[in-house]
Amino acid sequence: MADALSIRGVRAGYGATVVLEDIDLALAERGSLAVLGRNGVGKTTLLATVMGHTTLHAGAIEYRGRPVGHLPVYERARLGIGYVPQAREIFPSLTVEENLTVSARPGGRWTPERVYELFPRLAERRRHMGNHISGGEQQMLAIARALVGNPALLLMDEPLEGLAPIIVDALLAVIARLIREEALTVVLVEQSARLALEVTERALVLNRGRIVHAGPSAELLADPDRLAGLVVTQ
Amino acid sequence: MSALPPAAAGSAAHTGGYVADPRIRWQEWLPWVLAVAAFFGAPDYLSLGARILIFILFALSLDLILGYAGIITLGHSAFFGVGAYVAGILGAKLGVTDPLVQLAAAAAAAGVLGVVTGAIILRTTGLTLLMLTLAITLVFLEIANKATSITGGADGLAGVVVAPVLGLFRFDLYGKTAYLYSLAVLFVGWWLVRRLIYSPFGASLTGIRENAVRMHAVGAPVYARMVAVYAISATLAGIAGALLTQTHQFVGLNVLGLEPSGELLIMLILGGVGRIYGAFVGPFVYLIAQDYLAKQFPEYWYFGIGLILVLVVLFARGGILGIVDAALARLRRPSA
Repeated sequence: MADALSIRGVRAGYGATVVLEDIDLALAERGSLAVLGRNGVGKTTLLATVMGHTTLHAGAIEYRGRPVGHLPVYERARLGIGYVPQAREIFPSLTVEENLTVSARPGGRWTPERVYELFPRLAERRRHMGNHISGGEQQMLAIARALVGNPALLLMDEPLEGLAPIIVDALLAVIARLIREEALTVVLVEQSARLALEVTERALVLNRGRIVHAGPSAELLADPDRLAGLVVTQ
Repeated sequence: MSALPPAAAGSAAHTGGYVADPRIRWQEWLPWVLAVAAFFGAPDYLSLGARILIFILFALSLDLILGYAGIITLGHSAFFGVGAYVAGILGAKLGVTDPLVQLAAAAAAAGVLGVVTGAIILRTTGLTLLMLTLAITLVFLEIANKATSITGGADGLAGVVVAPVLGLFRFDLYGKTAYLYSLAVLFVGWWLVRRLIYSPFGASLTGIRENAVRMHAVGAPVYARMVAVYAISATLAGIAGALLTQTHQFVGLNVLGLEPSGELLIMLILGGVGRIYGAFVGPFVYLIAQDYLAKQFPEYWYFGIGLILVLVVLFARGGILGIVDAALARLRRPSA
């Protein structure tokens, strides 16, 4: 069976500016990967490159064995790559429900009603505008919006950033559930390395656009000194 | 299924209460009640009334692309003009006098032009897009100017024959048929635009306007949807142009070029962009002000229009409807 995501020799960035160099990784179906590193090392760029938002200078990106490096962003999304952006980027002039409607692709397990079961708070706010809900609710909506597109691979860019601890705990439980019970393949970029390592199977650490460590999450979690040496733990 | 407890969602104060409910609210019937009342109450102004209704349809078509999809244009008159000339040429040169056939032909011609030009220019953005839209209407203006044997050139195309509507209602001197015919077509146009805006497609247009990159990432074919809405808007503009020709039984070069496009933009900004009913209020205020000021101050009437626009742009970014919204919000706010 082909890997859910395979990246080989990728060199990418924004226009002529190269951010990522020699990126190689493979992620099996239903696998989970934490992408760690200090600020500005290329974590967001890695996700953006898989999604097609950057300039791919060299290398290959395959999704379920199919080359996608040349495909436009919306076709990658339609193939089954979901993206939860760092800044949430909720559509402010659309209601919660409309935010889901414009993203929904029927035929999969995730319907708006099912994500409302996952996030009952969104069901309560379904008729509120995107800019009239709290930061925590916006983050739930960003995840819900990606889910109703029925992805098999979910890219999440710092979904816990700037949220209250109680919401972080709740969202972390949801992410863990998506990985363990919903059979999603998840790539999780997170500043809070410990939190990310707790819910993922594997981890890689970036530094200056290159992979400097790759291995099981549990191994890194069990070695605080090594973890501290690789990333700023929080 | 696991679920987040409501308490975990934070306790931010929620000011929202807006309901994107597709059902027609009672206020939305007001323009139609007023339009019918005007028919009986102001019989001397039915020609002006028909002109207002036509420009409401034209503004509605612009609002669809500018207010909802965020496509800025200075060339919307290209579709209006093509619709006007198609109806005119059919009625004056080709002997096709049925008004609904003329309307359908104008809609089709403008729609096709919308697809073709949209497919080319919507690959660009910003100033390039703006200049391309302007160039298109100027090209059609020059074609209409030079093709005198077909369009009448600078003299215009007179003698446009329009048969009675449905074989029953002849276009009369007092403008009764023109008014009711324009009102009926506007009603259908409004209903279609409203349906579109409240559909998932309409919501996706708002998404494209607010964050096209994000819409790509949720799997929406942004370019295809923009071309689609551009063509729909062009079709409506073409119908509005055909209406103008039919009600005046004449078409001239003033339906093409920068001036009608700019005027339309002013009307929409005046009423309020991206709110459907701004397209109703803007042409109503603009054309009545134009009619009044042109009679009172024949040489300086544009000064008054300019002054109104400057005041709206400076103090009421949401147009006249924005002022109404702000006033209503103030009234609803509990006093401290």
